[in-house]
Amino acid sequence: MPGFGLTLGYTLAWLSLIVLIPLTGVFVKSSALGWDGLWRVWTDARVLAALKLSFGTALAAGAFNTVFGTLVAWVLVRYRFPGRRLLDGLIDLPFALPTAVAGIALTALYAGNGWVGQWLLPLGIKVAYAPLGIVVALVFVGLPFVVRTVQPVLAEARRDIEEAGATLGATRLQIVHRLMLPALYPAMLTGFTLAFARGVGEYGSVIFIAGNLPRVTEIAPLLIVIKLEEFDYAGATAVAAAMLLLSFALLLAINLLQARLSHRAGGLR
Amino acid sequence: MTTNEPRWLRRGLIALALAFIAFFLLLPLVAVFVEALRQGFGAYLRALQEPDAWSALKLSLLVAAIAVPANLVFGIAAAWLIAKHDFRGKALLVTLIDLPFSVSPVVSGLVYVLLFGAQGLFGPWLIEHDVRILFALPGLVLATIFVTFPFVARELIPLMQEQGRDDELAALTLGASGFQTFLRVTLPNIRWGLLYGVLLCNARAMGEFGAVSVVSGHIRGLTNTLPLHVEILYNEYEFVAAFAVATLLALLALVTLALKALLEVRHGDALAARARH
Repeated sequence: MPGFGLTLGYTLAWLSLIVLIPLTGVFVKSSALGWDGLWRVWTDARVLAALKLSFGTALAAGAFNTVFGTLVAWVLVRYRFPGRRLLDGLIDLPFALPTAVAGIALTALYAGNGWVGQWLLPLGIKVAYAPLGIVVALVFVGLPFVVRTVQPVLAEARRDIEEAGATLGATRLQIVHRLMLPALYPAMLTGFTLAFARGVGEYGSVIFIAGNLPRVTEIAPLLIVIKLEEFDYAGATAVAAAMLLLSFALLLAINLLQARLSHRAGGLR
Repeated sequence: MTTNEPRWLRRGLIALALAFIAFFLLLPLVAVFVEALRQGFGAYLRALQEPDAWSALKLSLLVAAIAVPANLVFGIAAAWLIAKHDFRGKALLVTLIDLPFSVSPVVSGLVYVLLFGAQGLFGPWLIEHDVRILFALPGLVLATIFVTFPFVARELIPLMQEQGRDDELAALTLGASGFQTFLRVTLPNIRWGLLYGVLLCNARAMGEFGAVSVVSGHIRGLTNTLPLHVEILYNEYEFVAAFAVATLLALLALVTLALKALLEVRHGDALAARARH
């Protein structure tokens, strides 16, 4: 097949120029700080609080999306009802809607005088300008990842295993719990991982609803922006490096778990 | 046989899923339009006629008009390389192409500040030669290319892998040149998948906020893209104007979704089988 040299050269050159070389800059710049400098940035109370908030809210939103995203995928694949196509198309809205637009819309809804906020605030539930608001924004941006990962797996799941279970006298609950869900776990975990990774780095939809109070509702990406605006390039880079390393470690752990789950689910698919 | 849930449970689950989507996805979308029209249609139109809004729209279109074709060419080249050739390190290459998806948009902007900022690697040289990359169009384009980097490649690679190499080999055997083969054989086969990738790439390019925000410098009328203009208006408590500009982006999102759904219905079999976006 022709074009190997040309496309290889072009792909590698463009990839290096746009992605690889700029990204290595993060590590070069943060290594210039030395271990002491890095450690000082990482153990700063404000940085720690921001990292904890970003990873905590992303985990919470990812978990919430895993449950409801699987439910939505289940309903879309298994049931027929009017408006199903429309619902299916709407799932991708968070991919298509710019995050800043989602951010101001969610803030308008969940602020104390908003459509939803005015009902929640008297109950003592503060959403906008509180960590809960960040979770709501991350639920919005992360939802399609879980639905779109679980949906194809569920569509291809073998019905005969369910039928065999039913013939052997298992109740519907037992079939779902023992046969079907375990086959879905790897896809659910993948969806969770994608939603989580997106949530950790999310910026546009969060900064409007968060309130951005240092140590309370200030996310790690915002802290990077703040440090950049103060011309503290090294500090900004150190926070970015911490985010990249933490994400990488978590993704590695999830991949190991994934390998075990897929192994167990292998016979059921 | 009990391979289906009882009717009441089925209905309950459908209702729960619909309620969840209506509450978390549909309601924010509706809110954009309601807030924009809060002071009537006249105020809405006036907000859209602001010169700053116009220059933001033009800048967003310009950035997308450069970034999308750049990633289109890259996507085709990368997919041709990966789908039509065998070589070592292919899996690693695919992972590296996907890398921008797992990097925070803010970090995507940061990397260019580190290269081209005043204290950056090339900063002093750029100042000396009076070349502006940061806080100017080149920076916006670079950051946008970075965040939309994988879109087209990711759509084409599985599609072209699925289609195999037989068609191209036949054309080559019959004496077509490599470029003719691509133009006459491969391109028609992948056109719908290509359009699908471009559609998603464009939506993200026009709507990107975090990465662009870091490299833009927020100069009104000069380096503000539409999403950045929304932010500025919102922070100045110009809520109606902010939501009015936001409706433009929301309409773009709706058109994107509609075209995407149309492509999936009409040409579903010509798109990658395991397309998950």
